Amino acid sequence: MTLWQQIVTILVVVLGTMLTRFLPFIVFPEGKTPPRFIAYLGTVLPHAVIGLLVVYCLKDAPFSAWHGLPELIAMAAVFALHKWKHNTLLSIGAGTAVYMALVQTWFR
Amino acid sequence: MKKKAFKAALPHTLPICVGFLFLGMSYGFLMRSKGFSFVYPMLMSLFIFAGSMEFVTVNLLLSAYNPLYAFFLTLMVNARHLFYGISMLSTYRNVGIKKLYLIYGMCDETFAVNCSVTPPEDVDRGWFMFFVTLLNQLYWVGGATMGALLGYVIHFDTTGIEFVMTALFIVMFLGQWEEAKDHRPALTGLGCSLVCLLLFGGERFILPAMALIVVCLMLGQRRAERRTGKGAGQ
Repeated sequence: MTLWQQIVTILVVVLGTMLTRFLPFIVFPEGKTPPRFIAYLGTVLPHAVIGLLVVYCLKDAPFSAWHGLPELIAMAAVFALHKWKHNTLLSIGAGTAVYMALVQTWFR
Repeated sequence: MKKKAFKAALPHTLPICVGFLFLGMSYGFLMRSKGFSFVYPMLMSLFIFAGSMEFVTVNLLLSAYNPLYAFFLTLMVNARHLFYGISMLSTYRNVGIKKLYLIYGMCDETFAVNCSVTPPEDVDRGWFMFFVTLLNQLYWVGGATMGALLGYVIHFDTTGIEFVMTALFIVMFLGQWEEAKDHRPALTGLGCSLVCLLLFGGERFILPAMALIVVCLMLGQRRAERRTGKGAGQ
């Protein structure tokens, strides 16, 4: 990507983000209530999108040299740590450390 | 008035400070390790200010140029903000010009504090929410910039550091799973994405997955409505 293409990409992301933040306040000024389907999507979409993002992060893993084995091990570590300690930062930090150790040693 | 609001807001943002410094620094460090100057994470954390989307944007910047795809991906990843906005329509009323900044800076954590914490009666609510938003953004931009600057000084093998994003989303997924009574939305998200990944491949699965998720959720709502009797009890 050239510098300009990078700038355009970042601007487009800024624009998209601001659209999602400002739109409700533009569409529903003072006192208008949103339709039921929108309200319903508001309760379920946040859960579905995180699932999508997990898959998005792992999209290349099954097709890599180790078919996602290091990813699976690191995910199991995150899962177990989170069930045990319920500490977001610890789970993320230790999980990343496990993954980095794996791909830098056994799964080169 | 401002000083009082600042003092009331600060303690509510401290746990977020720890988290944002850590995540922001790993974000900045990640960008530096991918060869970007510290200016990128600094400006991106300032202007995009939506953590998960900033991580995703690193991938966008490293793949082929496609602004339309970037735009739709942003809308889908940040669609939850639409619903934060809908929940804050009344809370953000009557705060004057500060409203623009409150909306601009409404990331997940800021939303969580502003929608759940009622400041003491002698504190101005508008300024309270303003400082919650401002402090959280300062932590994030500061963390991202520091992380990237550290990347110039500290050198070690960073292979695999991008897993920090995967771990972040897994932890968010687990957190939501434990809070939710109904797991169908989460499973819909996972299932539709996996099906589309297999059908369309890693480069093209996002848009069809988004469409399939919305359709499935819509059908789910229809069925739920039919079961409870149309419109009854709503």
